[in-house]
Amino acid sequence: MFYREAGQFKSSYATDQAIFPLLQDRIGFFTILAIAFIGVPLLADDFILDAIAIPFLILTLATIGLNVLTGYAGQLSLGTGGFMGVGAYACYKLTTAFPEVNIILLILLSGVFSAGVGLVFGLPSLRIKGLYLVVTTLAAQFFLEWCFIRIGWLYNYNVSGAIDSPERSLAGGLVLTGPNADSVTRYLVVLAIVAVMTLLVKNLIRGRIGRSWMMIRDMDIAAELMGVRPLVAKLSAFAVSSYICGVAGAMFVFFYLGSVEPAAFSITLSFQILFMVIIGGLGSLIGCYFGAAFIWILPIFLRNVLPAIGIDIGAENIVHLTSMIVGVLIILFLILEPHGLARLWQLGKEKLRVWPFPYA
Amino acid sequence: MEVKTLLRGTLMGGVLFAAILPAAAEDSVYVQLPTYRTGPYAGSGIPIANGMADYITMLNERDGGINGVKIVFDECETGYDTQKGVECYEQAKAKKSLVFNPWSTGITLAVIPKASVDKMPILSMAYGLSAAADGKTFPWVFNPPMTYWDGASGVVKYLGDQEGGLDKLKGKKIGYIYLDAGYGKEPIPLLEQFATQYGFTLLKYPVPGKEMQNQSSQWLNVRRDKPDYMVIWGWGAMNPTAVKEATKIRFPMDKFIGVWWSGGEDDARGGGQQAKGYMTLNFNAVGTDFPAVQDIKKYVVDAGKSKVEAAKFGENLYNRGVVNSLYMAEAIRIAQEKSGKKVITAEDMRVGLENLSIDEARLEKIGLKGFIAPVKVTCDNHSGHNKMYVQRWTGDKWEKASDWFDPMSDVVNPMLMAAAKSYAETNKPWPARSEPCAN
Repeated sequence: MFYREAGQFKSSYATDQAIFPLLQDRIGFFTILAIAFIGVPLLADDFILDAIAIPFLILTLATIGLNVLTGYAGQLSLGTGGFMGVGAYACYKLTTAFPEVNIILLILLSGVFSAGVGLVFGLPSLRIKGLYLVVTTLAAQFFLEWCFIRIGWLYNYNVSGAIDSPERSLAGGLVLTGPNADSVTRYLVVLAIVAVMTLLVKNLIRGRIGRSWMMIRDMDIAAELMGVRPLVAKLSAFAVSSYICGVAGAMFVFFYLGSVEPAAFSITLSFQILFMVIIGGLGSLIGCYFGAAFIWILPIFLRNVLPAIGIDIGAENIVHLTSMIVGVLIILFLILEPHGLARLWQLGKEKLRVWPFPYA
Repeated sequence: MEVKTLLRGTLMGGVLFAAILPAAAEDSVYVQLPTYRTGPYAGSGIPIANGMADYITMLNERDGGINGVKIVFDECETGYDTQKGVECYEQAKAKKSLVFNPWSTGITLAVIPKASVDKMPILSMAYGLSAAADGKTFPWVFNPPMTYWDGASGVVKYLGDQEGGLDKLKGKKIGYIYLDAGYGKEPIPLLEQFATQYGFTLLKYPVPGKEMQNQSSQWLNVRRDKPDYMVIWGWGAMNPTAVKEATKIRFPMDKFIGVWWSGGEDDARGGGQQAKGYMTLNFNAVGTDFPAVQDIKKYVVDAGKSKVEAAKFGENLYNRGVVNSLYMAEAIRIAQEKSGKKVITAEDMRVGLENLSIDEARLEKIGLKGFIAPVKVTCDNHSGHNKMYVQRWTGDKWEKASDWFDPMSDVVNPMLMAAAKSYAETNKPWPARSEPCAN
């Protein structure tokens, strides 16, 4: 009734190709942006910002990174944790070597190192596919993790073997990282980076490069016959994906955890992000947000809500419960809705278009 | 599912979510207990979690808390995972916990820089960053009764005693098998220093966390290298695996010594009768032969308020958990005295921890004589470098194999101070201590 395109005419190519062609979508989108940029910082307390919002946004970005590779280009990967680690360690090395350079610049730059590593480990994808590619990316994961533990130069020979985020501030004295950084500041920086990167990826996917990724995904031989070069398409997917993951990894250390051991970038993180992609929806950007929100917030939600309604099952059972719920959901999604939460969202929108009638 | 039901569910969830913030009851203080009853380290984490919870429950049931102030607590499951640990820390901060016990070196490292900003005392009992013993640099971090470096010095001292003097260690080979993480790497600088000082060779066998249940390659190397002694710095599933592997290659168990975290009953049981003679350091007594522990049995375990299995009550790691809660309870009591308030804040708690002093008389009074060695923390020394002893596995239980002895503080202290300085140096700008010293 109120959500339909009737009467909205497009009179130029630009309006026709807009990301949100519908007025209602645009209103909704800007409302969400306004809430995220203005409402949340005003209303949320430190716990919501530090334990929910910031990690959720960072993990969303990592999910977008993996989704570019797996969802759009069809290359399975289990190396996400490792690629995130490369970004984090690169940023740590850069900022300890050049303490006066702006940290945001370094975070964006550290993704380049991650992209380089991703390119190298993406090379086998030219010859092998599917499960076999999973094995090579798994090798990347283990090799990178080994580097983080074994190569002392990467963590400046710290006794603890951990890297930590030193205090860095803007020229104006606004503290961005380190323990003295305000939650709101860190949240806004993370939000800005994630929002801008999402926009860039969205446009990349709508363009020539993204289309060539999807052609490779859907049928590589046909794509090759139509003039898509697999070398360029696959490697660019690996590079872009690793770049995004690297930036997410650097933010993970500098804006969220503050200090990490190599174990933070273990295979567990890779799986966590893969589950976010699957639950959210392969090949969907909004799905990345849904998936990350679901996997990250569900345990926190369960832990806080169950005791409040009188079901006190103990902290450890909530962990078991979460694994069970996530496990069951992954199986259900794979069987019933392989496109994940994003597809449900789309179905909901379509239903809304014809509402209150059952069909149009 | 209809969109409407979905919406309704979300709304209801939101309302519930808002209702969770607990209304603070009168005259109670809140302490969050981060625990891990899940994951690969659960074998070590469960007894500790039980011990911590049971001692506090006992105080609440028997005495109505501390000076009439109940200690409200809940558990936060970390799974020994740094991500979740940091989330627990944020939650502890939001719910105004008096103190944060990370129970993992990784989590400790992650929260140390935040502690002074958030005014949250960190109690890392005999783990975490050794350099945090320097109270001038780390006013908010406490690691009594001693640090890993004290432990490593204790091991070397004990091995020297076995040989008949530290100089007899010259030319010996000492193998060091450790969890390849912050925890296991922590004592290496000290061991290396001792190796050059006393002329023994240090052989290192790192065990990666994800392969800790498969150590055959490390022990194959041990068999090849034939070290005179083996020292283990393991945790969780790594310990029983190491003990089992050591018995498999017939390594003499009386030459195998572990840090206090490798001394769970289940760790040694893995090797069965062949593990007889395996030694570890310890700083708490094993068993139930103490009035306060009997009170835990009476008020908590027999009343069905504990999660501990009857057979595991009073085991080593359970008692270790009790020690952790004992420190917290004593610190609360001291903080009440110092601040003159009954319901203290985290900042008062910091003062309490800094003045933590449990002497023989106090131990006798609370029914824990001989349970631990007397503990004293000062403004300068947040660890105290207190006494430890060596325990030996008899095949079915631990027995005391040495008297209480001091670590080699003369070697450890200067290194601790240097490490604290270099930590502050690499983490510039590290805040200078602004808290006045109250003792």
